[in-house]
Amino acid sequence: MLTARTEQVPVREQHDIVSVRQVVRSWCLNLGLGLVDLTKLVTAASEIARNTVEYGGGGTLVLEELRDGLRTGIRLVFEDQGPGIPDLDRALTDGYSTGTGMGLGLGGTRRLVDEFDVSSTPGVGTRVAITKWKTR
Amino acid sequence: MDRIPILRMGPVLLVSIQVDMHDELALTLQDDLTNAITTHGARGVLIDISAVSVVDSFMGRMLANIAGIARVLDATTVVVGMQPAVAITLVELGLSLEGVRTALNVEKGMAHLQAVVASAEVFSDSSDDADGAH
Repeated sequence: MLTARTEQVPVREQHDIVSVRQVVRSWCLNLGLGLVDLTKLVTAASEIARNTVEYGGGGTLVLEELRDGLRTGIRLVFEDQGPGIPDLDRALTDGYSTGTGMGLGLGGTRRLVDEFDVSSTPGVGTRVAITKWKTR
Repeated sequence: MDRIPILRMGPVLLVSIQVDMHDELALTLQDDLTNAITTHGARGVLIDISAVSVVDSFMGRMLANIAGIARVLDATTVVVGMQPAVAITLVELGLSLEGVRTALNVEKGMAHLQAVVASAEVFSDSSDDADGAH
């Protein structure tokens, strides 16, 4: 698998969540993702960016354009150096939330993307990577 | 722009969201609408989201909150014009916007609100008559 292009954007405060939505949207349009896939990926990015700001104390997003044979896709990697998620399994369960969100946890976000990878170390930080492939 | 304008048309308040809202702007709209309902004694709230390309859980909660607050203040809320891709995404995310009445477009939303307002007037007229009889 090949990474054709990358871009890094800050995810530090509320206004950055809007910027994240905009940059992800422009990458999706650039890659020619369909409207439904675009909407799902932008929404998923918005959810995770808010977690990064609210629970992670801010962090970064790295966008990657992926080439895998004939497939192309976008991977979004969110990283923060926050307190981490103590119980990942619970955080991935629908309806679990400790903050001011909808109580959807990460479970709902996972359904919006093709690949979802989260790793978290208490006291060190959290990394969430989501990938959406272009459907041919 | 730090405020979404609220227009008044008789007993109905109209809001059309035309920007990508940051969280604080969404909360400001919630507060402004709550105040406008009480100030004007509004009976209906129509929120047009046809220009909104992403509704995440935060904005979904804001819409549900507005509908809930309005209901407690005796007003009906209708959210209109949701884009199909947004509807698909919301349901897959696990948000069905329960308690939020929706309509396909502004025209249908207004027709619903006018019907609600009209039936409420009939109800209050008849209770006035009953009072008069005593």
